[in-house]
Amino acid sequence: MRIELNVNGTVHEIEVEPRTTLLDCLRDRLDLKGAHAGCEHGVCGACTVLFDGAAVRSCLMFAAQATGSAITTIEGVTPGPGELSPIQDAFCETHGLQCGYCTPAMIMAAHALLAGNPAPTREEIVEAISGNICRCTGYAQIVEAIALAAERMRGVNRPRSLTE
Amino acid sequence: MSATGNRRYVSSDRRVREDRRFVAGKGHFVADIELPNMKHVAVVTCPHAAARIKAIDKRAALAMPGVHYIVDGAELAAATLPLMTGLDTPNVPRRPLALDVARYSGEWVAAVVADTRALAEDAAEAIEIDYEALPFVLDAEQALEQGSPLVHEAHGSNVLLDKTFVWGEVEKDFAASPRKLSLRVKWGRSSTVPIETFGVVASWDPWRDMLDVHASIQMPRYADQIGIALKIPATSVRVHHDVDVGGSYGVKRGIKHTVLCGYLSRRLGFPVRLIEDRLENMRGGDAHGPERLFDVEVAFADSGIVRSMKMRALENVGAYAGRSPFQLGKPIGAIVGPYKINSVEYRAIAVVTNKTTQDAVRGFGQGPTNLALERTMDEVANVLGLDPLEVRKRNLIRHDEFPYLIPSGTTYDSGNYETVIAKVLADAGYEDLKAERDRLRAEGKLAGIGIAACLEPSGGNATFEALLNPAITTSTFMDSCRINIDGMGAITATMHTPSSGQGHETLLGTVIGEVLQVDPDVVHVTRPDSLNSLPSGTPVGSRMAIMLGGAAFHAANRLKAKLTAIGAHDLGIPLERAVYDAGTVSDRDAPQNKRAWADLVQIAFRNYHRMPQDFEPGLAVEHVYQVPTGGTLPTPDGRVQMYPCFSFEFHLLLVSIDPELGRPEIVRYRLGHDCGTQINPKIVRGMTMGGIAHGIGAALYEEFAYNDDGQLIAQSFMDYLLPSSHEVPAVDIVDHETPSPHTVLGQKGSGESGYLGAPAAIANAVNDAIRGLGISINTLPIKVSKLGDLIAQAQEKTKVKKGN
Repeated sequence: MRIELNVNGTVHEIEVEPRTTLLDCLRDRLDLKGAHAGCEHGVCGACTVLFDGAAVRSCLMFAAQATGSAITTIEGVTPGPGELSPIQDAFCETHGLQCGYCTPAMIMAAHALLAGNPAPTREEIVEAISGNICRCTGYAQIVEAIALAAERMRGVNRPRSLTE
Repeated sequence: MSATGNRRYVSSDRRVREDRRFVAGKGHFVADIELPNMKHVAVVTCPHAAARIKAIDKRAALAMPGVHYIVDGAELAAATLPLMTGLDTPNVPRRPLALDVARYSGEWVAAVVADTRALAEDAAEAIEIDYEALPFVLDAEQALEQGSPLVHEAHGSNVLLDKTFVWGEVEKDFAASPRKLSLRVKWGRSSTVPIETFGVVASWDPWRDMLDVHASIQMPRYADQIGIALKIPATSVRVHHDVDVGGSYGVKRGIKHTVLCGYLSRRLGFPVRLIEDRLENMRGGDAHGPERLFDVEVAFADSGIVRSMKMRALENVGAYAGRSPFQLGKPIGAIVGPYKINSVEYRAIAVVTNKTTQDAVRGFGQGPTNLALERTMDEVANVLGLDPLEVRKRNLIRHDEFPYLIPSGTTYDSGNYETVIAKVLADAGYEDLKAERDRLRAEGKLAGIGIAACLEPSGGNATFEALLNPAITTSTFMDSCRINIDGMGAITATMHTPSSGQGHETLLGTVIGEVLQVDPDVVHVTRPDSLNSLPSGTPVGSRMAIMLGGAAFHAANRLKAKLTAIGAHDLGIPLERAVYDAGTVSDRDAPQNKRAWADLVQIAFRNYHRMPQDFEPGLAVEHVYQVPTGGTLPTPDGRVQMYPCFSFEFHLLLVSIDPELGRPEIVRYRLGHDCGTQINPKIVRGMTMGGIAHGIGAALYEEFAYNDDGQLIAQSFMDYLLPSSHEVPAVDIVDHETPSPHTVLGQKGSGESGYLGAPAAIANAVNDAIRGLGISINTLPIKVSKLGDLIAQAQEKTKVKKGN
């Protein structure tokens, strides 16, 4: 079947089998490899993308179901080649990752959280990433990364000293 | 450079260079690799715990669109050799696809190659296999019994290994001790279960006789094993080491997947890819971890000082041998933990059963052994009515007693256990923690404090192989680094294995930057393929900081010496007057006379007439580094130095259990951690926290449970429960640094930290919480359902008693 997918602001016309998941379509057809398959049954969250701004599991929906919605992947939140968003940079600052496999999805979950809540508490961060399993880090440095990103993003437009 | 000398980059809070590509989704994982004309593999698995394969009907499947080929065990066995195993058990052959008999539910029986993975899966369902179900055995103790079904009939029994070691005067020490106790402890079957499953892409080029392998692998001698099994020279196997591995923690050893795909690509003439799905990973991926039953007896004094120990460890290795029985060997190197136990008897038994085959899991058997030791220390305290912390303090090896020789022949390098513990307690306040426990108890909760004091052996030489199989004489286990300064003055260093999140590129940059006194970020790191690699043992056994760090350190010093010699020669001064400082060589007596980096590079690459006599042109060096304590084979009575370094961790936590639910909640968690010099503190902390999270899983949630029919019932992440951010509490980590005298920077290993003590500490906390009910629990995982029932039964009994 022929579908139209709006991914990272670009509309693609793609021919897919009806059973193709959104995850497989993003990875295999659009060559967007940042979303990863972990369990393919909706528990680990490694395939998380934004669906009209909400963090969803792209392994649990068909590509065809995404027609008419805006899909954002990790490639869509990376500002440019070699450039990092404040959230991505915060993950580097705290080392909120190790193997990097769950990381793009974790960052998408963080984007979804901070878009609606610029000053989350630790509990709110823990809740927001609780659907994303990380096997490497024990989460501490991920929680710190998101808190740091929030702090920095809140501070963007505040006055500061020249030496800060 | 001394371990305590001034450091520019080592131990500083620097970013991890690998992180940039991962946060952008630009890792290079095996599932991201697409070769031209690549086809996809799906496997057909046996639905029985044990069955004879009578007939395989491929016709319907082969007729399906997009299907290219179906291979079964008979075809593969005729073309390949069985996979390498560790023990001498020739009648327990292990093959990628079952030959005649399948020995566990989920074992691979056939494989389909099709245009897409989905089509391969469709075809796999259409293959009809006629099975004759056979008797099976799941339990290790039953597998030992006479008359038990034999997993491998030709082997004649289910026992792969049964070896008893006696170190010291055990019987005498037992006879002389006024008190004894025995305890049975079970470590449940779990594993590391990385979020990325195992995957491999194999591509055979018949015109160059070359098998190109991209895989999410963490395995020593991987290329060798592929070549042996496929009966092709190792020079015809090229493993690409630049594949990012999405977590491993020991288990990514997909040799059977690789041999299968290598065979298929050679047979079919195009690249094939096998990426496990989650069920294949958990059931037939052969990546389960230890399932170990301990019977521990200790002899001790009224003071709580433990004099001697007898430990019997019975390991249920699953259907095939693999390397898993060796996981009974590693703990011998730290068999007494951090304690001064005078003599030890250790009996290690490995049996096969009709469960999934195991492979190496974080700690290689040390975690289960630490659990048995630490549960025992708590019980010693309990029977004596002493505080468990006090009992540990009385048994600990003291700082002034290092280096310390333990009964099994290993000398611990260094440690300051009492200071680590004192630092944790200064931070936590043991009395405050007890008060908090008692307050929770007063509120109707079951609350308990858990302690574990554990060692992490690191950087070993793998002589556990020789220890358990005298036919093996391997005592060498090296890692390597090559550093090249190019004609423009840029530095490139190599490592020769993939990584799975440990930050080895950062490690190399930091160590080389430290030695050469240059910014680590200017040290470019590459990973040549296996044909261009120097020997590497891969990231196993918490070894890379020690071993790759050691190789890089020595190579960099060699380079520094060459640069210094070139500078001295060109300055016309004796070598001893030349001073190397941050890439510039100057005259000690006339510092204005100097040769800068660019000058030295110019001489080495373009001005041979200015080079010292007989020097090789260019600036290329390499170093192959052996384990710093060397390699000595075990003595006949099994004394051996496997590991050079011993990190220490002290866990202290408070658990609260709602008696109605039986759900343990970790209220406080503090850890004292000493892994010597931390080369990158962010990496060490991350690994330690990840280890604790993994340990929480092993202690409370994760289990590859089987039903009575031999079916694995934990088939998805809805049944096999990985800790989420809700299950992992905030942990206060208190660092201490006792350098190792054996390593180049004083570093020890930390890749298994946290995991090696968390399960023991949690089990001790739960037992402290429920002891008042007259019950105990010594089987992991301590699942909510099990604990809830146990508490309810105990409360029922109490009520009945009160009613009487």
